[in-house]
Amino acid sequence: MNGKANSTIAIECLRYDPQADETPRYQTYEIPFTDEMSVLEGLQYIKDHLDGSLTFRWSCRMAICGSCGGMVNGVPRLSCETFLRDYYPEGLRLEPLTHFPIQRDLAVDQTDFLVKLRSIKPYIIPEAPKPVSEGTFLQTPQQLDEYYQYSQCINCLLCYAACPQYGLDREFTGPGALALLHRYNADSRDAGKAERMGLVNADEGVWGCTLVSYCSEVCPKGVDPARAVNQNKVESTKDYFMRFVAPRRNR
Amino acid sequence: MKRSNRPIFWSLFGAGGMLSALVGPMLIFITGVAVPLGFLLPRDTLSYERMLAFAQNGFGKVVILAVIGLFLFHGLHRIYHCLHELGLRLGHGWMAVFHGLAAVGTLVTAYLLVAIG
Amino acid sequence: MKTYMRTMNGWWRRNPFYLWYTLREWSAFFLTAYALVLLFGLARLAQGEAQYEAWRASLATPAAVVFHVAAMLIVLYHAWTWFKVMHKTLPFVRIAGHRVPDGAIFAAGIVSSLVLSLLLLWGLA
Repeated sequence: MNGKANSTIAIECLRYDPQADETPRYQTYEIPFTDEMSVLEGLQYIKDHLDGSLTFRWSCRMAICGSCGGMVNGVPRLSCETFLRDYYPEGLRLEPLTHFPIQRDLAVDQTDFLVKLRSIKPYIIPEAPKPVSEGTFLQTPQQLDEYYQYSQCINCLLCYAACPQYGLDREFTGPGALALLHRYNADSRDAGKAERMGLVNADEGVWGCTLVSYCSEVCPKGVDPARAVNQNKVESTKDYFMRFVAPRRNR
Repeated sequence: MKRSNRPIFWSLFGAGGMLSALVGPMLIFITGVAVPLGFLLPRDTLSYERMLAFAQNGFGKVVILAVIGLFLFHGLHRIYHCLHELGLRLGHGWMAVFHGLAAVGTLVTAYLLVAIG
Repeated sequence: MKTYMRTMNGWWRRNPFYLWYTLREWSAFFLTAYALVLLFGLARLAQGEAQYEAWRASLATPAAVVFHVAAMLIVLYHAWTWFKVMHKTLPFVRIAGHRVPDGAIFAAGIVSSLVLSLLLLWGLA
């Protein structure tokens, strides 16, 4: 590993200016390199010292806000959690998250995900309204365990960049939204499963998934969206056949 | 959103996938490598007399129907996805076509098993 | 607002993960072909001894053996990956309150396959 003075590393960035460019192009920047630098810090150096026009999203610098997702040598990664030392000395190529429209440089249009997130009803739908005076919900450790990992999602969209089914068919609800759907269904405080089943059961719901599982590989928070989606294939199948045996109101 | 009919197809795909995962490689080895070459098993394992007796036996019929039928349902389901992944714009309705082909294969198998006696 | 959408052409070649996934999925072509070989054999069996023996002889040709070796290997890869992802389709399995690790579910599948396969081979020998 090198912390030597005067080490540099080359970062090749996809550039796209919607007002000037027909198609994206690439621009390479040579920046000073030290062992502890993250890719995000590399981008910030470029913007501060070399090229103020380079556009990229970031916020917390600690893998909790989900803003800084991008492709590092073709792999979906958070730039704040990816380190330049792992690409030294050959350098690296940065591109915006695949499968999303590029707005500018390394920033993508996330609208499709936001629409889908809203559609899965990402909130607790309790059995009956519970006023504050009634106290808190109680949960055993096992009940928490049923949904905890899915609640760790930071909406970073790396899973959408990883998912070829989403890339091939943008109607697919996708790993992140479906994992969050499951997070609520699996929460013992929630009683909204029936309301969400319509989305689960659709072709664009869980049935768009073919268990590529790259989403779970790239997730920085260990959510394992592939698991969340595929649990619901069984649920959807049960629902499909159970409607003949025990119809419920909104099946 | 419209309810998908995927559960039916997925169940067949899953059954075929499980069966082929459990005994697929060994079955292929036995019928396609071992017996034809007389390696680990005698060449007459698949003789006319033995295979006819097996196909005429009730248990044998179930095994043959299950293997051919479920392998076809699993395989053709996945082939649909392979083609879709190559970029062919096959809508969701095409899944029924591929499963229809598997159903035809299964029906032919059943017919042959009945015809064999 | 003007945006730029990149192509999906050749997506499966862009990452080793996708290459292995594509191999896994393409095992289906070989599995389907094998099922059709068996179906063909069944049809020949129904036609009579001479036709069936001709089919049986064709299985011993180099081309047929090569196909079956290839099919066996790729279906073996299907089996391996099938059990590897099986835990994702199952709810959390708990024994006495403790979660059964995903590796155990994979191992159970592999062991079941080995046992059944060896029983099949032993039963015919």
